Amino acid sequence: MYDTIIIGAGMSGLAAGIRLAYFDQRVLVLERHFTIGGLNSFYRLRGRDYDVGLHALTNITPKGTKKGPLARLLRQLRISWDDLQISPQVGSDIVFPGTRLRFDNDLDLFRSEVSREFPKQSDNFDRLISEIVEYDDLDDSHQEISARQRLGEILTDPKLVEMLFCPLMFYGSAREHDMDWGQFSIMFRSIFMEGLGRPHAGVRLILKQLVRQYRGLGGELKLRAGVERLAVEDGKVVGVVLENGEELTARRVLSSAGWPETMRMCDDGAPVVSRQPGRLSFCETIASLDVEPKTLGHRSTITFYNDSEEFTWTKPDTPCDLRSGVICSPNNFQYGKPLDDGTIRITALANFDYWRGLDEHDYRLEKLRWYDRITESAVRFVPDYRSRVIDTDMFTPTTIVRFTGHDNGAVYGTPEKQIDGRTHLDNLFICGTDQGFVGIVGSIMSGIGMANMHCLRD
Amino acid sequence: MTAAEIRDEILNILEVIAPDEDLSNIDDSVNFRDQMELDSMDFLDIVMELRKRHRIQIPEDDYMELASMNSTVKFLEPLMKDIAKA
Repeated sequence: MYDTIIIGAGMSGLAAGIRLAYFDQRVLVLERHFTIGGLNSFYRLRGRDYDVGLHALTNITPKGTKKGPLARLLRQLRISWDDLQISPQVGSDIVFPGTRLRFDNDLDLFRSEVSREFPKQSDNFDRLISEIVEYDDLDDSHQEISARQRLGEILTDPKLVEMLFCPLMFYGSAREHDMDWGQFSIMFRSIFMEGLGRPHAGVRLILKQLVRQYRGLGGELKLRAGVERLAVEDGKVVGVVLENGEELTARRVLSSAGWPETMRMCDDGAPVVSRQPGRLSFCETIASLDVEPKTLGHRSTITFYNDSEEFTWTKPDTPCDLRSGVICSPNNFQYGKPLDDGTIRITALANFDYWRGLDEHDYRLEKLRWYDRITESAVRFVPDYRSRVIDTDMFTPTTIVRFTGHDNGAVYGTPEKQIDGRTHLDNLFICGTDQGFVGIVGSIMSGIGMANMHCLRD
Repeated sequence: MTAAEIRDEILNILEVIAPDEDLSNIDDSVNFRDQMELDSMDFLDIVMELRKRHRIQIPEDDYMELASMNSTVKFLEPLMKDIAKA
């Protein structure tokens, strides 16, 4: 009998596991995939290391900072700042036709860029910042307010509004067209007021630290252990049944599988509370270069681009949305030593149904075709690096399903979040993307928060 | 444990929770929250560490007793008087 079984060895599940194992619980983390990480994973292909998910960690505050999610996370997991070996970004930008706004981990740069490009919005932008500073992320009563409405009241230039939504939606909005004001504030702080960073070794370094800590505390981890269903008796989960038929009992279950995905596992016959699954998914192209991107004049860490005045955040009708995207170069962080290869990754919105509907032959061809189209679209905004490419890879919404198990390859899960993590069953809780926090730091905080709130106090 | 031993134990717990904190000139009469910026998650950890180390259960309603070093030691004294120092 386990004290807690955790479904999913992603950031949130492992973080929750560390908390519970630290306080002497008997904990088991079950992972369906053959590797850990979930959305934020990694793989090796033709001798090169690749990251899935992670472009950069958000919420990066300098060593010694006492406030903010990163400091809180390190304390809660008993991990030291140095263990994560985070290097800050070089600098990023948001590019729309005729306007480029640069930002780095010091808000003053972004503020001065906004003043230069939108002189009439300068005071309004300061007002926006002070409202965001005042937003209390532990008070969820503002979750329902529309960020579009709130921004419309503060900023009077629609282009600036679109330019703010573009990066924040790309980095974490499960909702189409709009965000909750709370989510907007949290993400604005995490990206523009705290900042971006990355460990030299990428996401595997973070995952390895989490697993080492978890195992060191006696936590158990099973890979290739998909949960077939949750055994429910009298309104309580009594255990899980694995896909291989194995039955395990637990006093409670914490699931990071997603809300609709977890509800479907319950075998109590209770109707699944209807909740729209997310529809927003991505394609991502990855190019390895024989030079560092900066040699080609590309110094930006992350470039968010959009080719018209209006930014559209919805499931595209086409296989990929070529109008907007995110260009990330993992090389452009302030590391002590350079990475082995140059790398440029481009993320664009994609249509899950299209990609799922392809047979294997067409899937391979379409990947090549859309790799080219996405790259062609992106080099309108950064130096053309195509002659320096030595290897490529690409993931699609179906790849995201393989790593995360999320319906529709929904990167950020369902639009409606379950902030308190509770379900219709007393001892079944959810954490991770569908609880409400996104990004690596957000997911880890979700695991910690739900473990603290629901699994530690009895 | 005596009051002084309890104080040492709390210091040790704070060291584990906030390893980057300089605890040498902590003011026993000032709230932890104000001098160390501890948040509610950190207070939960003090409680959980006490439970892990000494099997002491502190109900949630009493968490506020752990505001400062003085109030914590005073609150824990009767609960820990029969616990031998490790």
